[in-house]
Amino acid sequence: MNFLKITKRDDLPPKKATAIRILSILLSLVFAGLVIAALGYNPITVFASMVKGALGSKIRLQQTVLKAIPLVITSLGILMAFKMKFWNIGGEGQIMMGALAATYVALKMPDLSRPVLLLIMAVAAMVAGGIWAFIPAYFKGKMGTNETIFTLMLNYIAIKFVTYLQYGPWRDPSSQGFPKIPSFSTNAILPSIGGVHIGWIIALLLVALVHIFINHTKKGYEITVVGESVETARYAGMNITSIIITAMFLSGGLCGLTGMIQASAIEKTLTSSLSANYGFTAITTTWLSRLNSIAILFVCCAFAVLLQGGAYIQISMQIPASVADMIQAILLFFVLGSEFFLQYKVNFHTHAKKEAN
Amino acid sequence: MEGYFAAAIIAGTPLLFATLGELITEKAGHLNLGVEGLMMMGAIIGFIVGLRSQNPALAIVGALAAGSIGSALYGFLTVTLRANHVVTGLTLTVFGQGFASFLGQNVMGSVIPASIKQFFAPKPIPLLSDIPFLGPIFFRQDILVYCGYLMVVLVTLYLYKTRLGLNLRAVGENAAAADASGINVTAYRYVHIIIGGALCGLGGAYMSLITVPVWQENVIAGRGWIAVALVIFASWNPIKALIGAFLFGGLNILGFRLQSMGIHISQYLIDMLPYATTIIIVIISTRKNKKEDMAPGDLSNPYFREER
Repeated sequence: MNFLKITKRDDLPPKKATAIRILSILLSLVFAGLVIAALGYNPITVFASMVKGALGSKIRLQQTVLKAIPLVITSLGILMAFKMKFWNIGGEGQIMMGALAATYVALKMPDLSRPVLLLIMAVAAMVAGGIWAFIPAYFKGKMGTNETIFTLMLNYIAIKFVTYLQYGPWRDPSSQGFPKIPSFSTNAILPSIGGVHIGWIIALLLVALVHIFINHTKKGYEITVVGESVETARYAGMNITSIIITAMFLSGGLCGLTGMIQASAIEKTLTSSLSANYGFTAITTTWLSRLNSIAILFVCCAFAVLLQGGAYIQISMQIPASVADMIQAILLFFVLGSEFFLQYKVNFHTHAKKEAN
Repeated sequence: MEGYFAAAIIAGTPLLFATLGELITEKAGHLNLGVEGLMMMGAIIGFIVGLRSQNPALAIVGALAAGSIGSALYGFLTVTLRANHVVTGLTLTVFGQGFASFLGQNVMGSVIPASIKQFFAPKPIPLLSDIPFLGPIFFRQDILVYCGYLMVVLVTLYLYKTRLGLNLRAVGENAAAADASGINVTAYRYVHIIIGGALCGLGGAYMSLITVPVWQENVIAGRGWIAVALVIFASWNPIKALIGAFLFGGLNILGFRLQSMGIHISQYLIDMLPYATTIIIVIISTRKNKKEDMAPGDLSNPYFREER
């Protein structure tokens, strides 16, 4: 491998960076197309159908937005943690705990007036999600435990616990043996604006808020400093434990809010599959957004198109969901691989080698 | 009671293979969260090859190959292209699940041929199987269970008694220092990521060939994540991995056992135990702060010579 010289790029002209990104997406489409062809489908029809299925009509566009909302909010939550280099991969569990708390409120106080009930549900969800993220943050801050594994494990505890409730104590007795939790009263369901529940407005507001928080407030700045270098932060006299815990509480709180929105507006109850992998997908979208809240909005919308397009080709072309999963993974592999070419420069230098000899 | 313990070994063996695979991968400094996907790939390829060829050896080779290829892809992205380990691993899981579910739709509900079932039927080991209590539990099992015991011994010897194993631990502990002492970091990482992936594939095939010898959707059902947990539970030690795998295997079937005895504890609550125990282990091992119980020092840190 001596003829290849790899060096870190100091600064990459934005134009060139964009060119590399577009090239990688094109390449990934070509490769995904080859895979689709190998599976016996026409790639052009599949891609066209995916785009049509995600953006082709008002209803489909609404479906796409419905998938973008949880992704955006969860990604913003993950962003808070990743900014500190705290690898919160517990989004799934935080969503679940948020949904669990919101459901508890919705089922206990179904007759409260709508705004009050929804507000209590949202607060409960944020606190529950926040606590679920606070636990690993506390141990990380106090003792330095590994947060990747801790948050990962908490996902499964949350999911199993919700499954237990669904099959056990919270099971709807009137559902004739079918294991489901009772549905919410109408007051516990988020209202819609423009055919989509108001989660989209919440998501947009949060993008702006998180952007301001990270870039223009003292706390946000401290989070960034802790992420850059714990030593610097300590030297500057910052209380690192308190920063980690605050940021993680916010991170889990946002994921918890996603749980409340999904429970209230989508499922209208709590189910063990409510988190629908959004907690994991958000890790990818946040990473691809390079921890930028504005970029998150765009990346998540692109991802939502992929998800909705994938769901659509199941119905329109009888292509199994598994193909959509594979397409998604192949696209990601290419995009992840291309990051390398954004950060490093590869030179062929046979010439230099000759000189050295 | 013996029956329950013997069943726990069967439930724990797929976990054991995957745990050893992930352990080797992590010893090279790479956290591969694609275990679940790799197990799915091994499960489906092992199943299809077994079904078509009726040959158990080919089925195992197929599963090993599937795991190797999947993890080679992960290796290329994370070692050569230095992509983020967590994100790449998660993507590999999505891919593996899609891959298995797609290939699986044509063999849904198919049953493993009798010749293979015969091959993987329990084979008592002479003398050892006559040991009271322990014999029926450990030595009246199928051939892959014995392979599992053997793998634990081999991996332990390899890691702690050979030059290659020492080098491997150096690579995971401090890649820069290993590089400086002339170890080819990239080669070590690739080789062990691929071997690790092959073992995950084998763990998956155990599920589809022996545990449930019928193809069904999502046959792995989260066992890959338990394997990730087990590596920490075992504090990167193959022998503790064996104990942990059989323990978690036992928990996996405990709820149904208890129910048949008239004790009603939800299996879903028991399912939380492996994860909860792992968290407790993580906390305790951090507290004790003993070097040999800790994660490899360079776990998840990409290594790039020019940035040293």
